[in-house]
Amino acid sequence: MSGIDRILFGDNQFFGVNHMSEEKARAQQMRFRDTDSIIRVLDDAYDRGIRSFMCTTHDEIGKVADHVAAHPKRYEGFRFLPGMPYAHKYANMLTELGVVGTLKAVTPGGLVDTVARGAKSTFSRDLGELTRMLVDVEMARFAQVETPVVFMQNVVTDLLLGLGAHQFFAEFADHVHRRFGVEAGFFTMNLPALVDALEQVGIPNPIVCCNYNKIGFRMSGGIGAYDRVLEERPVRCIAMSVFASGAIAPAEAIEWVCARPGIQSIAFGASSDANIAATIELIQRFDGARAAAG
Amino acid sequence: MFRIGLVGIGKMGISHLAIARSHPGLECVAVCDSQAFLLAGARSHLHLDAYKSFDEMVASARLDGVVVSTPTSSHTRLARAALEHGLAVFVEKPLTLRAEESRALAQLAERRGLANQVGYHNRFVGTFRELRRLVQAGAIGRIHHVDGRAFGPVVTRPAGAGRTWRTKKAEGGGCLHDYACHVIDLMNFVKGPPAEVVGSRTTRIHSAQVEDAVHAMFEYGDGATGMLETNWSDESYRKMTTAVTVYGTRGKVFADRQEIGLFLDSGSTFEKFESGWTVRYITELQEPVAYYLRGEEYSAQLDAFADALSGRPHAHASTFASAAETDAVVEEILALDGSLPTERRRVADAEPCIPSTDELLQAARLYARARGAAARRRMADELRRFKERRA
Repeated sequence: MSGIDRILFGDNQFFGVNHMSEEKARAQQMRFRDTDSIIRVLDDAYDRGIRSFMCTTHDEIGKVADHVAAHPKRYEGFRFLPGMPYAHKYANMLTELGVVGTLKAVTPGGLVDTVARGAKSTFSRDLGELTRMLVDVEMARFAQVETPVVFMQNVVTDLLLGLGAHQFFAEFADHVHRRFGVEAGFFTMNLPALVDALEQVGIPNPIVCCNYNKIGFRMSGGIGAYDRVLEERPVRCIAMSVFASGAIAPAEAIEWVCARPGIQSIAFGASSDANIAATIELIQRFDGARAAAG
Repeated sequence: MFRIGLVGIGKMGISHLAIARSHPGLECVAVCDSQAFLLAGARSHLHLDAYKSFDEMVASARLDGVVVSTPTSSHTRLARAALEHGLAVFVEKPLTLRAEESRALAQLAERRGLANQVGYHNRFVGTFRELRRLVQAGAIGRIHHVDGRAFGPVVTRPAGAGRTWRTKKAEGGGCLHDYACHVIDLMNFVKGPPAEVVGSRTTRIHSAQVEDAVHAMFEYGDGATGMLETNWSDESYRKMTTAVTVYGTRGKVFADRQEIGLFLDSGSTFEKFESGWTVRYITELQEPVAYYLRGEEYSAQLDAFADALSGRPHAHASTFASAAETDAVVEEILALDGSLPTERRRVADAEPCIPSTDELLQAARLYARARGAAARRRMADELRRFKERRA
């Protein structure tokens, strides 16, 4: 996986995710109302040299994957790094259908009934099987495109982390490796605690994607603790939310994040070609300055 | 380290469990649920003591407190049993389905001197706290209107009836107890509870047994009015979105989970704020937490519970007493709902007993509504005097 790009393109902006403003989020939702409008922005990103797309498993992204698969020449070298599951879909289903109902709705066959019957002897095996099946369901849309890393979304990662159910990290990594021949990655809002947990279950040099920004927004434990983890432990770290949803001025944000040697890659989202170009330029400029400084 | 038992491993329970297990001041040692497979999972994967019976857990797990995240209809029994056993109690919202029961629980907790909290997590969101601070400090002058809203995509198509407790009215399902009570509690947090609900409508959009939208109007008794608008069948929202706007004589202030906007009328200033718009964001207003899951506020509210267990109550805490005020508004909304036949204007089945004072008051209000505006005003004055005498 030495091959994770320095710059990755994210997809929050396509789905009305903005951690600072509902109004901006709504404006984005209106702008990206169909798959074509998303593809146009991805085309801009591709033409600017972006080759990696960190995405959710939202239905629209499935259509984007179909489009990319149908035009292999246009998107040569383009790769999806999907994060799963798309949490809000399941959160709303949980309210409407309950835990068992949700599982029944998203998995085929009588598997859930077997699990829900709760025979203790088979419980662990069934739950593992269920987890694998959920991953497969989410991955089905990406069968025709390249997916070098498959991520566990932060709500699930951090839930398992908090619960202490760390063995599922290993199960997930094992499954995506065996089934798809790729590496597992983990989104998190709790980097220091997660790296410990992953090491305990035998994932020593993990791929993680976490907030990394100058104001320490959603970096549990604080910037100091994050920096220490990257200094002291082998971690392949992708920084996201580097602008803290716009709370930090672009140049200041990028300069700060580029100065952190432990950060391997930077993920960002943008809705316009001008913003894509500007962000890439900033990263390249500050990377260049650092390289020159030796 | 306080020993905690968790009741109900559903959507909220599992989140509380993760936060409690990561909390330096809490040790979650036991869980209780009616589903055998969840108990088996808790035992084999989380190494927790797992109980099918709440009473058994309380009797044998040597707990300091419980976190109750079961269907609302069970809250009264579980919270009462825990309090009587001398345990601190954190209950998911709403506290109960009857204001009277909520008040009784608040009094019991108070009498026993036990920490008590309800999961109104919006009280722990930095923007809403700042909203309350500004309003109560007089930044926008005298308040004349409070507007509270919540929208989200929970029920977006017709579904089979009664699939979970959330689709059953008698167990506390529906937009009123799921969405609206959050907004009511926030409005109370900012302005204090209304003196009266003056009108309400609940609307079914897709659901068979519960309401999907709630609209209501409040009077605060000081000339200020309130408007509540909630709808959990609005697919244009990605997730639940809650917002409160407060209007005053010198400006207005708007807050949601992401931002707070203060508008001061020309010539008005407050603290460092000039006239015109000042917008600030959650990135600046939210205290960081040690462990993050879905939002700082979920961890912050359990921090507050842990502090309360240590005898350090929080100024913003969501107590049984404040939640009982919220439940009273919810109950009034139901009682006044002109779209419901009278016999359905209660959540729980009416017990064959002498009507309570509250029931008589509700009946009087309904009667006054039917008799027209003049009768309503007279009745409202009567009711106000009656409440004052009782107080």
